[in-house]
Amino acid sequence: MAKNKKNEAGFNASSMADVAFLLLIFFLVATTIDIEKGISVILPPYCEGCEEPNPPSKRNTFFVKINTQDQLLVRGNELDLAQLKDRTKEFILNPTKNKNLSKSPRHALIALQNDRGTSYEMYLAVYNELKAAYSELWEDKARQLFGIAYNDLPRAKKKIIRKEIPLVISESEPTNYQALK
Amino acid sequence: MLTLKRNDKNRFPQVSTASLPDIIFILLFFFMVVTVMRSKPLKLEITKPNIQDPQNAKDRKLMAYIYVGATNKSSKDYKIQIDDAFAKIEDIRPFVDRQKEKLPIELKERFTISLRIDKAVEMGIVEDIKVALRKSKQQRIIYSANPKLEN
Repeated sequence: MAKNKKNEAGFNASSMADVAFLLLIFFLVATTIDIEKGISVILPPYCEGCEEPNPPSKRNTFFVKINTQDQLLVRGNELDLAQLKDRTKEFILNPTKNKNLSKSPRHALIALQNDRGTSYEMYLAVYNELKAAYSELWEDKARQLFGIAYNDLPRAKKKIIRKEIPLVISESEPTNYQALK
Repeated sequence: MLTLKRNDKNRFPQVSTASLPDIIFILLFFFMVVTVMRSKPLKLEITKPNIQDPQNAKDRKLMAYIYVGATNKSSKDYKIQIDDAFAKIEDIRPFVDRQKEKLPIELKERFTISLRIDKAVEMGIVEDIKVALRKSKQQRIIYSANPKLEN
């Protein structure tokens, strides 16, 4: 037995490293680590000829319109994109109990409307600002109620906050400036 | 007196390379797992928009892509690409149905359509796609974007 073992040919593994190196280099070159990033959205269900059951009051609605030239119109006034987030937060929270701003965060609604000629970049930037306004409010609320960051909260507690400040962005049918001309 | 003799020959022992293959293999496995082969050639030039703090998408395996862009940078003729061919709005519904068919029921809910759209594309076409997705009962979407680089 012992003699047999001695005679057994050893498997030469020295070239294994080279083979592995070649494979490694192939995969290094082939890999594209592009993580999918973006804004996730849940679209409303489609229903034919559905009308909004009861249109929300003007006071509680934050109208945001984007035109063909990528200009922003917020509640009838022109606004810069940089100011949008703060305006939105002010509207939702309404700390000064202004009669023109939303009654409470629960009543607040954001109505977004764009033109068919609006660029995708602008639309996404506006959408992101609106979402960012909400996530900042959630963050503040989470720190105020539970003392920890919103993202670290368990699901049930997130729900409480989201019920307090619900995210409602309603998108209406886009205008079609091109067709009007 | 204790004298320590220095053996000059063994001053710099050779580094053992015996574990090198193992290290290489570990790296190899890492890259093999991470690699996502792009099987579908992209016919469109797409520059994704940059936004502040985009979220990470969770399940890339439960995702299908719809591309919108032009075939070259200067052109304004925006087209939709699904799989490896140009498509029309009407093709979206069968595409979504086909993708969902493969999935087990409990995962259908989490199936996401990623919209990879060039930033210069006009919203009209995007709006049409959104309506088509809603009609095919596909509500979970992600607007694909790159993070904004701070300068």
